[in-house]
Amino acid sequence: MNQSTLRRAALGVGAPVAAVAFAVALSSIVLIVSGNNPITAFADMIEYASRLETIVDILNEATPLYLAGIAAAIGFRMNLFNIGVEGQYLIAAFFAAAIGSAGFVVDLPGPLHVAVILLVAMSVGAAWAGVAGALKVTRGINEVISTIMLNFIAVGGVIAWLLVEFQDDSGATNSGTTPLPESGRMPSLNGILEIVTREISKGRELTGVLVVALVVGVGYHLFINRTRIGFDFRASGFNPLAARAGGVPPKRMIMYAMLLSGAVAGLVGMFEVLSDKGQYSQSFVRGIGFNGIAVALIGRNNAVGVAVGALLFGFLSSSSGILQITGSATPEIVEIMKGIIVLSAVVAYEVVRRIRTRDEARTAAEATQRSDTDSAPLDGSEVTA
Amino acid sequence: MTDLLTTPRPADTPDAGQPKKTLLERYVALSAPIRWMTAAALGILLLSIVQEISGEGSSVLTEPGTSGAMLRFAVPILLAGLGGLFSERAGIVNIGLEGMMIMGTWFGAWGTVNFGSPWAGLICAAVGGALGGLLHAVATVSFGVDHIISGVAINILAPGLTRFLSDQVFSRWDGGSITQSPRAVGLPKIDVPLLAGRGGSTNWLGSIDDRNWFFVSDVAGFLEGAMQGLSLFTIIAFLLVPASGFVLWKTRIGLRIRICGERPEAGESLGVNIYLHKYIGVITSGAFAGLAGGFIAMELAGLYREGQTLGRGYIGLAALIFGNWRPGGVALGSLLFGYPFVLALRDSTGLGTRALLLVIAIALVGMLVYSLVKQNKTDSAIAGVLAAGVFVWWSLSSTAPNWLPNTMPYATVLLVLVFMSQRLRMPAADGQIYRKGG
Repeated sequence: MNQSTLRRAALGVGAPVAAVAFAVALSSIVLIVSGNNPITAFADMIEYASRLETIVDILNEATPLYLAGIAAAIGFRMNLFNIGVEGQYLIAAFFAAAIGSAGFVVDLPGPLHVAVILLVAMSVGAAWAGVAGALKVTRGINEVISTIMLNFIAVGGVIAWLLVEFQDDSGATNSGTTPLPESGRMPSLNGILEIVTREISKGRELTGVLVVALVVGVGYHLFINRTRIGFDFRASGFNPLAARAGGVPPKRMIMYAMLLSGAVAGLVGMFEVLSDKGQYSQSFVRGIGFNGIAVALIGRNNAVGVAVGALLFGFLSSSSGILQITGSATPEIVEIMKGIIVLSAVVAYEVVRRIRTRDEARTAAEATQRSDTDSAPLDGSEVTA
Repeated sequence: MTDLLTTPRPADTPDAGQPKKTLLERYVALSAPIRWMTAAALGILLLSIVQEISGEGSSVLTEPGTSGAMLRFAVPILLAGLGGLFSERAGIVNIGLEGMMIMGTWFGAWGTVNFGSPWAGLICAAVGGALGGLLHAVATVSFGVDHIISGVAINILAPGLTRFLSDQVFSRWDGGSITQSPRAVGLPKIDVPLLAGRGGSTNWLGSIDDRNWFFVSDVAGFLEGAMQGLSLFTIIAFLLVPASGFVLWKTRIGLRIRICGERPEAGESLGVNIYLHKYIGVITSGAFAGLAGGFIAMELAGLYREGQTLGRGYIGLAALIFGNWRPGGVALGSLLFGYPFVLALRDSTGLGTRALLLVIAIALVGMLVYSLVKQNKTDSAIAGVLAAGVFVWWSLSSTAPNWLPNTMPYATVLLVLVFMSQRLRMPAADGQIYRKGG
């Protein structure tokens, strides 16, 4: 018993580790083929990542990734593929930045101002994801297709249309919303980090949105594992027919999941709006939605697992910059690594799942066999009697 | 004529005891080529009526250049859709089409420049896409990974891989960089002789177009444009439509691929190697998607550029769904979804796009009438409200805003699926994970 628990745990940890090891091995081969030394390259990256400033970079990078990962994970838990995290966070960030810098909102005092911006972002993200949910529930349109189309409509349509209206300077080449005043910014967490470390230099600021991400992570964990509706979520994802027979309304669950996923997705752009740039512009960071899906897959939709995935991706992105400087390899190698990690992780999880199913079947078979042999003499004696 | 009047077929008379055949049912009963021509003629009729109403500037809707561009812009969607067809008929959902297409754009450009021949580019594009397909097949068929998850992973991997390859290869070539390749010219182009010759040779369609007859000239102009400067790649792509239909429905291997998507257990019991045929389906799918990417790089852009697929892989999937998992339907869907891309490029004034709003409104009214006949209240209500909304927008605007053409392809997909998605039937075992002996 104890040994099988150990084996289960080893399998659970082994899969992602094997995936990363595989990715490192494969990209090492790629590096060797392209004439670089993989050992120096990875050593450079790890050395660079151990600096305090890089750690701040990694955390800043991981924060939006984590939120995107949780947003995707909420859908995955219900077998809903919200591929539209990308569009949801962009449109949410746009409205949050636009409304946050306009009208009476701009004059609100600090915490309230930030709260309004966060609320707007979550509502808009939820609404945009809700469109896909409504299309699925009422018209049976597959959410994969609809969320992808909504991504393009959000960026090429709604934002392109409204950005012109909200532009602060009509002559600017890079159109964007009016930058938020100080009251609409999230304070940096440098002070807290500096208690345990030294002073952070080079103008790096640890984002305050990290707190939001932590709250979302804890909330997600409690919601999925400790609440009734979270249980219904998992049940519908695990076996929709059984859940339905058990009184879980499938359509309502789909709507809840999409709205919740969209609300979290709305927070993804908040690092850039509240901490970094303070505005939505044409150069707003793209692609976090898709990387968030990857992070959710690596983390198996588990609050801690997704965090590990986000930190891993954050590490790869932040520390690859050093490769350019030292010239030990091309930084693009990390893009390949990300892809290989995701693909090999999902394959590894499937292999582990199969091993576990086989183990369980064997344990069950052994148990029934044992009970059979236990009862055999009894049967025999009955027959002879 | 008298024959028809005196001896009506039973189905034509309402009181013959059988339910009266609707116009649509009679249309569906026609043979495929006639059905296609009727649909095309109706489409052009609609466009020319709208053109008459909207007047100056909206001639972009049917002018010769537009129809040629329409074919070109339909090809990537068509090839991706056909790719999806092979994969989903084998029971594997392939949203990795986009990633395989990206592989195709890179390898197509690389092959063309490296070997100095567009034919080599075409083959390389197919091979590049097929590699992506192989990856998807290994993950989904052999390891049983969820199809969507594997597809997403491939879509994440492909841009990273091509970026790395560009850095290794293109950035060292003259005229290339980390985001784009040197120029990669496409396949030779031809004009269809007699019908649409250029430079003094016979051009019957052109002479009809010049008469400026309502509708007739529009049709002629439309056909003329489609037949001039026709790339061999485009011809190959459209020939792949009947070819795919033939392979999947008339050959032994096609039957075996389809049984993988319908009832793999039944196939296995008959001795069909399900894994093998799923592999064939998914790898073919990747090759088609690769060709789609190659077409974008070689024919549409003339070079590889990062991010040039613009989600057409996903639109190909939408065309597959719209086409009810049939090659002809995919072709129709690709023309429909590709058309707005043309306007996005050609309609600089926004007048044509505005006129297209009227086309959409009319199409929605058509949907409204159809739903009313079918007594489908929800569909009628949705169609009615949307038609009214689009019509009001058309009548209040003088020109379309510049963001509209870029949104239209994607909005069209959603709009069509709103009415279509419940009338469709996908392969029965599509998307399910199959294990041998399970």
